Amino acid sequence: MDMDLITNILFAMVRTGTPLLLVALGELVCEKSGVLNLGQEGMMLMGAVIGFIAALTTGSLIFGVIMSLLVGMAMAMLFGLLAIQLRANQVATGLALTIFGAGLSAYVGTDYIGQALAGFQPMLIPLLSDIPILGKALFSQDILVYCSLGIALAIWLFFRFSRPGLMVKAIGESPDSATAVGLPVIRTRWLALLFGGAMAGLGGAYLSLAYTPLWAEGMTAGRGWIALALVVFASWKVERVLLGAWLFGLASIMHLVLQGMGASISSNLLATLPYLATIVVLVLLSSNQSRSRLLAPMSLGKPYHPAG
Amino acid sequence: MKIAIERRPQDSSLMKYLSPVLAVLLTLMAGSVIFALQGQDPWTGLYTFFILPISDSYGLSELGVKAAPILLCAMGLAVCFRANIWNIGAEGQLLMGALMGSWAALSWMDSEGAWVLPAVLMTGAVAGLLWALIPALLRNHFNTNEILTTIMLNYVALNLLLYAVHGPLKDPHGFNFPESALFTDAVTLPLLLEGTRLHIGLAFGLLAGVCIWVLMTRTFLGFQLKVIGLDASAGHFAGFRERRLVYFSLLLCGALAGLAGISEVSGPIGQLVPSVSPGYGYAAIIVAFLGRLHPIGILLASLLMALVYMGGEMGQIDLGLPLAMGSLFQGMLLFFLLACDFLISYRLKISAHQPPAQGHHVGVNG
Repeated sequence: MDMDLITNILFAMVRTGTPLLLVALGELVCEKSGVLNLGQEGMMLMGAVIGFIAALTTGSLIFGVIMSLLVGMAMAMLFGLLAIQLRANQVATGLALTIFGAGLSAYVGTDYIGQALAGFQPMLIPLLSDIPILGKALFSQDILVYCSLGIALAIWLFFRFSRPGLMVKAIGESPDSATAVGLPVIRTRWLALLFGGAMAGLGGAYLSLAYTPLWAEGMTAGRGWIALALVVFASWKVERVLLGAWLFGLASIMHLVLQGMGASISSNLLATLPYLATIVVLVLLSSNQSRSRLLAPMSLGKPYHPAG
Repeated sequence: MKIAIERRPQDSSLMKYLSPVLAVLLTLMAGSVIFALQGQDPWTGLYTFFILPISDSYGLSELGVKAAPILLCAMGLAVCFRANIWNIGAEGQLLMGALMGSWAALSWMDSEGAWVLPAVLMTGAVAGLLWALIPALLRNHFNTNEILTTIMLNYVALNLLLYAVHGPLKDPHGFNFPESALFTDAVTLPLLLEGTRLHIGLAFGLLAGVCIWVLMTRTFLGFQLKVIGLDASAGHFAGFRERRLVYFSLLLCGALAGLAGISEVSGPIGQLVPSVSPGYGYAAIIVAFLGRLHPIGILLASLLMALVYMGGEMGQIDLGLPLAMGSLFQGMLLFFLLACDFLISYRLKISAHQPPAQGHHVGVNG
């Protein structure tokens, strides 16, 4: 292992972790308010396909990103309509959203398979990107990676220092008490859900506009689900989501690491690593029951019935 | 106009069975809109999708071919869902059955003897069962949520299958295609009807349906599964062993899905290929819910789902529509079902007076 290789591995780790980070941050906010949306994968796929089509037809990557945010929110609205308004089971609704998103994205993207566009290019930050080992990974990425770091910081500040942040947490812990002190439970949950949708759409757009600038059916390959596991892994803490996303990114690029060490293992076998890593992490966390119960928002996944 | 939600004094049993029918009708209506958007005549679209594929006897036999794996998976899933176990892993369990069953078939296919085919099927079922054992163990002993573990294992299974067809199970004489050698007659499922591809896999599915109906309605085990599903703490008070029930339902589902997988490979496909399943394991989730977790309902729903798969192909051939139309219909079905299920416990009261000035969406006061 030489310095160049380590530098490149760290660079790829951050790139690969970014879509997970974006989606997990959105879902974290959503879950903090007490809504469990398992539809991440479906929202991501829609974000990826719509972002790609919008960017390809207008030639503007930014327009693609905006459209992916909007379509993510539209998908989240479908979830909200069923799970918040019609009080459907959140697990079943999330599954339905994923299955629907997979079908709709495949349908919409049929004519765009195999087309490519020039995606987001790296933007080197002068001086900082010359720092050995870490410089390339943190300061020579594309704009969406910087965005993901900015959003992570903003959410961290939001929950730590702002009144609305506290409000979201209170509503997630006990909607009944929150209602008693006059907090708008349903409206807050809607906003948290829509934010989660926008972030999932953005995570999808990162894949189709920066990571691999093309559209392929089912290109998210379970990242939406991994992001959900990531929120549990991070025990609903923003800084841990950031670290976790990069660790999962590292698990996904193990083939680079192993090639660097001169090992040759089938790429299909190596592709199972991030999924196996997710399972291992979930087992390690859930085996301590009291701990995971204490950390999760109390009302997570329970439909809210206002009294009366 | 104001729409208010009102909880029914008790759940409407009529709506319980009407809801899937409504969901299907709504899906057809939404489908017509999509056909129109595609510039197709909606009637032609719906006819091509839902009638043309089964307008001759061969088409009907193909419906059975497509329904067989969905039926097997959905029957197993119904047991899990009854017990409130969210097994999303039928797809992976099916793929593992196909993979390990194929490995057995390729190893033994030159042997003589009546034992070969049953042994191959058994290998497939056991592989699916063992794959389902993983989330069962993790849930029982580490309290790990089975939704995420089963989904992750689906992706692992798919990659293992790809590894096998690109590596150890690849046909050495196959021009480097990622496919196994063609199966011999010794490891091919017998047909139900000569001149079609309809194989006895469908009979396995129907048999599974009968067994599960007996299990759920006539046995104490089935009763325990239902109680645990309705109210876990009531089950604990009654002394039911939840761990045992988790093992039973997940392993049963795994075995049935594994059998579905090997039946696909040794039935209509005849070799191991990367595309063993166009998402049958996921479609079976929709089928289980649409069929109200009841064997008869599941049979009807799996025929409908098989028709959606065939319609997708027919729409592509005849009208040049994207193949993914089928997946889109599947997704819409589950969505509409969840929306219609709302009417089981609630009713809408529509009154004509002006709503109070609230910036509420869709006029529903949550």
